[in-house]
Amino acid sequence: MEALDGNAIAGLLLDVFGAEMTTASGTCGNCGAAGLIAEAVVYVQAPGTVLRCRSCGSLLIVLVTIRGCTCVDMRGLSALESVAVSTDDA
Amino acid sequence: MARAALLRRLTWQLGSVIELVGETPRVKSIVLEVPDWPGHRAGQHVDVRLTAEDGYQAQRSYSIASAPEDVNVVLTVERLEDGEVSAYLVDELRPGDGLELRGPIGGYFVWSELLGGPLFLLAGGSGIVPLRSILRHRAAIGSAVPVRLLYSARSLEEVIYRDELNGQAVLDGVDICFTLTREWPEAWRGFRRRIDEEMLEEVSWLPEEQPLVYICGPTPFVEVAASALVELGHDPGRVRTERFGPTGG
Repeated sequence: MEALDGNAIAGLLLDVFGAEMTTASGTCGNCGAAGLIAEAVVYVQAPGTVLRCRSCGSLLIVLVTIRGCTCVDMRGLSALESVAVSTDDA
Repeated sequence: MARAALLRRLTWQLGSVIELVGETPRVKSIVLEVPDWPGHRAGQHVDVRLTAEDGYQAQRSYSIASAPEDVNVVLTVERLEDGEVSAYLVDELRPGDGLELRGPIGGYFVWSELLGGPLFLLAGGSGIVPLRSILRHRAAIGSAVPVRLLYSARSLEEVIYRDELNGQAVLDGVDICFTLTREWPEAWRGFRRRIDEEMLEEVSWLPEEQPLVYICGPTPFVEVAASALVELGHDPGRVRTERFGPTGG
């Protein structure tokens, strides 16, 4: 299955977090690399939606929606920060 | 105000199909009237949701092809093999139909004049869609930011927005190159292969010119383009990428 990136799930993340999250920075709990959520490796057809670290491939976030309720597992992240990326002039 | 915007929840709204434009044999543009459209930035996308009579729902994300300045919201959709959503949108949708969507979405793969340039846009196949929004926006606001576009398609027949891009190419500060990867006319003067480092070196701005790069296309296209540009000395922090795949069906 082909990997996408965080852009593909911007709507889902906005649903869950109530904010635009693709410009947020996530730090991998395994290798320590920090990267924008937009750049994370994303699989949308796994059971649920899976985000992996672009540097080391470790699991960052898993989102599973069952009966309208979305469960979010973020154990793979050591930090998630909403940073002011210069893309956002709104 | 900013706080309110931050907490905005996405709500589904009903757009109405005004027109369908055949772009290539497998690609159509859907021109929509969306009554409460809040406006968008060039490069953003929307989620589209289809609901079957039995309640089954399928949802996909599509880039917005129109510029913020355009009157209507336009989505350009490629029919994918076995794509349950794209097949409906390309083959079944008719003017007058409603289409459920929410957006605009995404704050990363966007361009506004404040971000400056020069711009280097790289499109693989239907990856041209959000870049077309950027090009139209640039033209609509009369921006002087110079832009180069490298567009990779399988054949000339599969080049989306061909006439419009040829029209853009005569504007000041716009350079457009095509590469055809499978078939080309005998007299074809553009590139005739998949993108590679040599092609990017020939077409792109110099790394010292610090271009802002937007790459959109299938995952393998994006990976090749992004890593070749970084290899050539471009700042990874100025390379923005958006990948799509068959899972987008």
